[in-house]
Parts: sequence; C-alpha cells; structure tokens
Amino acid sequence: MSPDLTVAIRGVSVQFHGVERHYRDSTALAGLDLAIEPGEFVALLGPSGCGKTTALRLLGGFDRPDAGTISVDGADVTTVPAHRRDMGMVFQAYSLFPNLTVADNVTFGLRIRRLAKAERVRRAQELLALVGLEGHGGRYPFELSGGQQQRVAIARALAIEPKVLLLDEPLSALDARVRTQLRGEIRSLQQRLGITTLFVTHDQSEALSMADRIGVLNAGRIEQFDTPENVYRHPATPFVAEFVGAMNRIRGRVGDRGEVLLLGQRVPYQAATGQHPAPGTLVDAMLRPEALEAVLDVAGPGEIVERTFLGSALRLRVALEPDTAVIVETSSSSDRLGVGARVGLRVLADRVTVTAPSAPSADSVASVAIPSAA
Amino acid sequence: MSAVEGIEAQVAEVTAQLPRSRGPFRPRRRPALWRVSIMVIVAGLYLIILLSSIKFSLISASGKYDLSNYSAIFNSADVRASALLSLEIAGIVAAASVLLMLPTVVLVRLKLPRLTIWMEALTILPIVVPPIVIVAGLDQMRETAPLWLVTLLFNHTITALAPFYLIFSLPLMYRSIDTGVRAIDLHTLVDASRNLGAGWWTTIYRVILPNVQTAVLGGMFLTIALCLGEVVLADLLNLPTNTFPVEMIQFANQDNAPGVSVAMTLLSFLFTFLLLFVLTFLARRRGHRTSGVIS
Amino acid sequence: MLPFAVIVVAFLGVPLYYVIHGAFSTNTGGFTLANFSAVFSHAQYLRALRNDAVLALWTSIGPAILGLWFAAAIVAGNPDGLLRRIVASASGVLAYFAGAPLAFAVIASYGTLGTVTVLINSLFHVNLTNTFSTASILGVGLTYFYFQIPLMVIFVTPALEGLRPEWEEAARNLGATRAQYLRRVAAPVLAPSVIAATLLLFGSAFSAYATALALDGGTIDIVPTQINLALSNNVIVGQTNVGEALGAEMILIVAVVMVLYWFVQRRAGRWLR
Repeated sequence: MSPDLTVAIRGVSVQFHGVERHYRDSTALAGLDLAIEPGEFVALLGPSGCGKTTALRLLGGFDRPDAGTISVDGADVTTVPAHRRDMGMVFQAYSLFPNLTVADNVTFGLRIRRLAKAERVRRAQELLALVGLEGHGGRYPFELSGGQQQRVAIARALAIEPKVLLLDEPLSALDARVRTQLRGEIRSLQQRLGITTLFVTHDQSEALSMADRIGVLNAGRIEQFDTPENVYRHPATPFVAEFVGAMNRIRGRVGDRGEVLLLGQRVPYQAATGQHPAPGTLVDAMLRPEALEAVLDVAGPGEIVERTFLGSALRLRVALEPDTAVIVETSSSSDRLGVGARVGLRVLADRVTVTAPSAPSADSVASVAIPSAA
Repeated sequence: MSAVEGIEAQVAEVTAQLPRSRGPFRPRRRPALWRVSIMVIVAGLYLIILLSSIKFSLISASGKYDLSNYSAIFNSADVRASALLSLEIAGIVAAASVLLMLPTVVLVRLKLPRLTIWMEALTILPIVVPPIVIVAGLDQMRETAPLWLVTLLFNHTITALAPFYLIFSLPLMYRSIDTGVRAIDLHTLVDASRNLGAGWWTTIYRVILPNVQTAVLGGMFLTIALCLGEVVLADLLNLPTNTFPVEMIQFANQDNAPGVSVAMTLLSFLFTFLLLFVLTFLARRRGHRTSGVIS
Repeated sequence: MLPFAVIVVAFLGVPLYYVIHGAFSTNTGGFTLANFSAVFSHAQYLRALRNDAVLALWTSIGPAILGLWFAAAIVAGNPDGLLRRIVASASGVLAYFAGAPLAFAVIASYGTLGTVTVLINSLFHVNLTNTFSTASILGVGLTYFYFQIPLMVIFVTPALEGLRPEWEEAARNLGATRAQYLRRVAAPVLAPSVIAATLLLFGSAFSAYATALALDGGTIDIVPTQINLALSNNVIVGQTNVGEALGAEMILIVAVVMVLYWFVQRRAGRWLR
C-alpha cells in the first residue's frame, strides 16, 4: 500500500435477511439471504431478470424491500435513504456528471460533505492516481474513453470512503480488451483497500476471475454461494452447473459406496442440493469439458465428429451413440485426435455432481449446455 | 399473437427488474405536488379556452343555442372552397417537404455529417424569421421583379403560398425526419440495400422511408397544421382566393357571425389534433418514443 | 443537397434580399440611408420596437418557465401513457398551427362576448372588458402564451429526456439530496438547452403577427403592424421603403438572437448527445 494513501476504508459486513421485492407482475427477489464478510469481494451472478440488480439497488438504498432486512456493519439500514448510506456505487455507464470536470466529478461527494477546497484537490489527485488517470482532472467526461470514464466513476465512488463498493456491471459497456484489463485493476484495488464489494454481473468469467465468493442467483433466490472454484467444479444445482461454463450431462448409475458408475469408471459424487439418489438409481453426472479426456482407442465407444482449435486448448465433440455427444476440452493438440478418430473417454474430476436424470428425450443421455462465450 | 405476448411479458419483466426507468427513488410513488400543480395550471389554461370556444360556437347569431354556426360552415360555398384550397396547399407542401428533406437528411447523416450543425441552424430560421418580413420582401419583389415571374407566382393562391409554406415547414420536417433517421441504423440499411443492387432513389423511398414512416408522417401532419393556420402571408399578399384561415378572419369581422369563426377554429383544431394523436399509437407500435415523433 | 440549397435561397433568401435591398433604396431605386434614419428617429417606430421587444420578452420568459415546468412533469411520467400522447399531439398542433385560430378561441373566452367574460359578469358583476381587451398588447401577449408554452414543451423535452437517471442516482449515492442534485447537476446540464429554447421563443414572439392580425385586424402597436401600415400606404411616397427598413431592422434583431442561440446550442450539444 502506498504510504501517502489517505483513503481510509474499513471493511464491514453486509447481511441480507429474507429480502423480498415484488413488482406489479413479477418477483425480483423471493427471500434473499446473503452474508458478506468484511473486506470480501462478492459477485452476484445470474441471467438477466434473476434479481441481482435489484439486490444491489436495495443495498444502495435506491429501492426498498417488501419484506426482510438489510444490515451493514451490524446496523439495520433497510429504511435509510440512499444519500445517507455511504455506499459507493459504480453504474454500467454514462453516470459521470457531464457538466463537471473529472476532478469535480471525483470530489462531488466531498463537496456535498463540505470538505475544504484544498483538501478536495489533494484527494482528487490521489484518487485519480489510484485509478491511473493522473493529470486528467481538468478534462470533461465526454473527452474520455469508456474505460477511462469507468475509472473516474470508481474513483468518485471511493472518494466518499464508502462502507461498501457497489459495482453494477461496470464493465459491460466496454470493449473486450479494456474489460479484461479493468477486471484485474478493480480486483487489485479492492484487495489493496480491503473494501467490502458487491459486484453484479451476468458474465461468468468476470465473476470467476474477480470474486472471493460468488452468489449464483436464479428467479430471485440464491442457488449457490461459494468460492469460484467450488461454484465451477462442484456446482450445487443443475442451474449453476449449466449457467457457469459449459457442462456435459452424462447418464450414470449410483453405486452403494458413495460413488457413481459413469463411462465405465467409478467416481465419487455429491448430490445436487436437496437430492438424495438411492444406490442403483439412474442419475445425470455433470462434467466440465476439461474434466473429461479423450484417449485414442480403436475399440472406444466414441467418435470425434467435430474438432475446434481454441488456441490454448482443443475442443472436441465426441459422439457416443447416434444421438448423443459430449464436449471434451484438452490442452493436448495432438493431430491424431482428428475428426473420425475413435476414442474412449476418461473422467479426470475427483468428484462429480449428480442430479436426477433429465427427461428421456432423444438427446438427453448426454446433453451439452454451452453458454455463449464470455 | 402468443409470440407477441411473450415478448411483451419479457419486456415487462425486464423493465420491472429495472425500476430506474424514470426518476424518483420514492419506492411507493405518490403524485408529487410539483407535477400535479403545473398539470392543473396548464390543463386549466387550455380547458378554459376549449370549453369557452365550444359554448361560444353553439350560440347562434340570434342568441339561441343551436348548430347554426356549424351548418353555416358546411353550407357556405366560399368556406368549402377555401377549405379545399387550404387542404390542397397543405397536401402539396407536405409532400414536397418530404421529397425535399428525406434525401437531404439522409445525405447529410451519411455523407456530410459536418454539415449537420449548418442544417440545424438553417432549418431553425423559419421559426424566427418574421412572416411579415417575407410579405415585405415579396411586396418589393412584385414591384421590381420581371413581370413573367410575378404573374407566375402571384396569379394563383397555391403558387403564391406553397413555396413559402414549404420554407416554414422545414423546421418541423427536418426535426421529425432527423429524429427518425437517428433511431435506425442508417449505414447498415443503406449498405445492405446498395449491396443488393438498389439505386439511391430506390434505397431512400423503398428502404429508408418505410423505416422512418411515423417520423415522416409526424412531420407531414405538423406541416398540414401549419398550412391550415397560417394567415400573415395568406391575408396580406392580396391573393385572388381566400384560404381557410383567412375565411375565418373574415367571418370574425362580420358582426353577425363571430361564432362561425370559432366553430371553424374548433373543427380545424380537432382535425389536426386527431391526425397527430392517431399517429402516436402507430409510433408506439413501431417502438418509437412519441415525443421524438412530434418535435 | 442542391435542391435544398436552391429552395432555401429562392424562397427564403430572395425575399430577405428584396427587403434589405428595398430598405436601402429610394422609391425610384437609388441608394439611400434615409429609410433607416426614419426608422430610428420617428417616435412611432421606436415605440413600436419597444412594445414589440417588451412583448416578446415577457411572452418568452413566462411561457419558458411554465413550459419547462410542465415538460418536466410530463417527462417524469409514463413515457407511453395517454397523457404523454395527448401532450405530444396537442403541443405539435398548438405550437405550429395556432397563431390565428387560437386568437378566435381567446376571443370566445375573454372577448367582449366571451364565455369567461360573460360568466364573470353574471357571477361577480365585474365587467372584464373595462380593464382588459383581447385587442390590446396584453390580450395579444396572453394569446401568445397559448402557443409559446407548447413550443417550449417541444424544444425542451429532448433535453429533459437526455437527463440520465444514473446521474440522479449517482448524486444520491454520493450523499446529495434531491435539491443538491437539481442545483449541481440537473440545472447546469439543462441550462444551455433551456436558454436556447427561450431565445427561440423570444424570436418567435418578436416575429409573430398572425395573432394580432386575427385578434384586432392587426392594429396593435408593434413593428409588424408598422410594416403592414407602411406597405399598404399608397399616399406617402417612399413609405414602402420605410416598411422594408423596418423589416431589415427585424431581421437584424432576429439575427442577433439566432447568433446567441447558436452559441448556447453548441454548448448544449456537447453534453446531451
């Protein structure tokens, strides 16, 4: 931490208790429970309309819950209006005041708090340096690029030494290169300041790469709240499995010693939340493409039907039976794994999540969900 | 049908998720005093003259309540002729205005964006240039210009008024079309159309026009409104025939028939208002903001 | 582009040229400045100019305030609501069509036999016509309100819609009350658009003649009336050229207003795009 940094922030805890928010003809939050530790970076991940933005806005004080409470640092803030909450919010885009210079934008909150001018100037310089925009204080927002504008928005949110930093898809309006760069910067800034941060996104790779813990939301409820690794490797529900990353569903049979019989192998399993498959029943095992390995085997059950070179990896589409296929991703780039080659499949995961089998339609034995590339 | 409902439901859901749509944070919305008060003031201002005019128009010259003022309008050959004349001028001007402005706006947006600010400046002028000054200029012209030009222009009411009404329509037409064109991806549409072998003419009137239809109609209806209300040129140029609003003024100056001019006012107002009001529904179906269409 | 330029030059440029040319000409066509010296020395012309400017001033600032307030109230409501449609359509009609027809509506309400006048007379035994006449400058000015307010609504609605909800939320989030947001963000952002629109209203009111023509046959003492009188005066030789000089004077004033408008508008464009 740089010695002259005077932005004094203390990480605080945040709790949502049974928070509900209903609109005229839809429900945004159906009883949200979430406990964020002091200094933690939590991402709320989910498809549009899952209630994640509502949760953020409720914490920011822009909206009030119909039921439940929200507390910050142990104090109930449910009815505190937005301008007294001390939350630093960064919006999707276009939130800078167009009539103010960058420096005046950054110190807007300090001006409201009647800080002396000399002190404001000093703080503006310090914060702009923090986000890598030294010397841009005199410009106007319309003279900045989208990425620069979001940096200013972050500096502005931090200027008031907020209790919690709220990020509402701050990267979604930026182009891919800037987005990746800012991702890393936001994360390191957050760690440096130790500020509790709630980040809302629909982009799984952002959530996975930035957060300490991810809350996956679906239809107004938390499906899983866990570390990125666990959310990715051990999804608690089929929804999480298929929303976060590509996922194969492969039919298997539960054994009687906590393992599942799958592709001729015995693999330890965990059942999806709320499910208790009895030994001997059929289940779907959920396996990431990289948790499978394709091995050349002339007598193997699969045939490579499609081969896509991804740069860092090779993606294979392997047909198991006439109507079913799985996706395998491997870092090997062997030319011999070509279309038409016969392969066997090996499970690399040390544990798989299993769920009740999906309806037996033609392609259900090993269906594949691949979200659009991040 | 069900697909449309599905989309609407989705849209409703998304908008419900983002209650930021407009302004206030007050989660339970109560009608704000600042909004209600001005609405009452403005509604009062206009309702007074609307209701007064309706009542006034129903009083006949002899002081009884009847529809004689309205029947006088429909029975008068002069009024019918003037109404037809005004509608004729309005139609010509509205069509000419679109023919002129649509290609111009498209060209400026596409090829000459640097001219945009000049277009905006030029097309705002007719709002502030005094019509009486145009009259003065034309008066001078009548005295000094070649005779053939004077007879060509001023021997018929349509030729005398339409060119200048076209100028007056530029602000409305420019703003309407510009708003419409801004809302569509002009570059892609034009490239696609040209790529498929369409010429400029076809591109503008077969591809772009249908996409900015409501905006163009908005501009046309406002132009019609303008032509049905303009009196300075129509009255002071000493033209051979009276337009509808000039006829209105003449009725107003007849002692026994002030109610007729008020009835004419109401009818023409109703006509133009309905044109635009119906358009706002069309505009919504096509997903434009109503305020953008009429501006 | 070319047809547009040709038409603007032919039907706007040419009449303006004739006005300016006539303003510098004697009745036989020679060059003179006498017309302008008449315009700037005769008390009747100076009085008309002052009347016109004062009229334009209060009939632009008043409607600007009411129109801005009203437009803000409408924009804060449902963008697809019935109210929004009615306002959008009615303001279009009233702003562009209304000069003369509105005059008749005003006569029907506040004129000697107007409904409001008659009603007040029978209720309170007060005769409005003793203190107020629709054929006075006051009456003409009040009629202007009826088309200037909608004109303001049309001009400022895009700027009001350009105010992003994020700005208000960001300001609240940083600790600002609603009043502080309005003062420090909304007002400065809107100011150029509002000033520009007010300048246009001034130009529109200063130039208007239709209302006066319809209300009282065009006799109230403003510059367009003087132009009309000068043009139709066949008795005094050279009087039409004085009319042209008065026209040139109006062009000059409108040009100054438009230059101001131009500068302010460019500033507005920088922020709200």
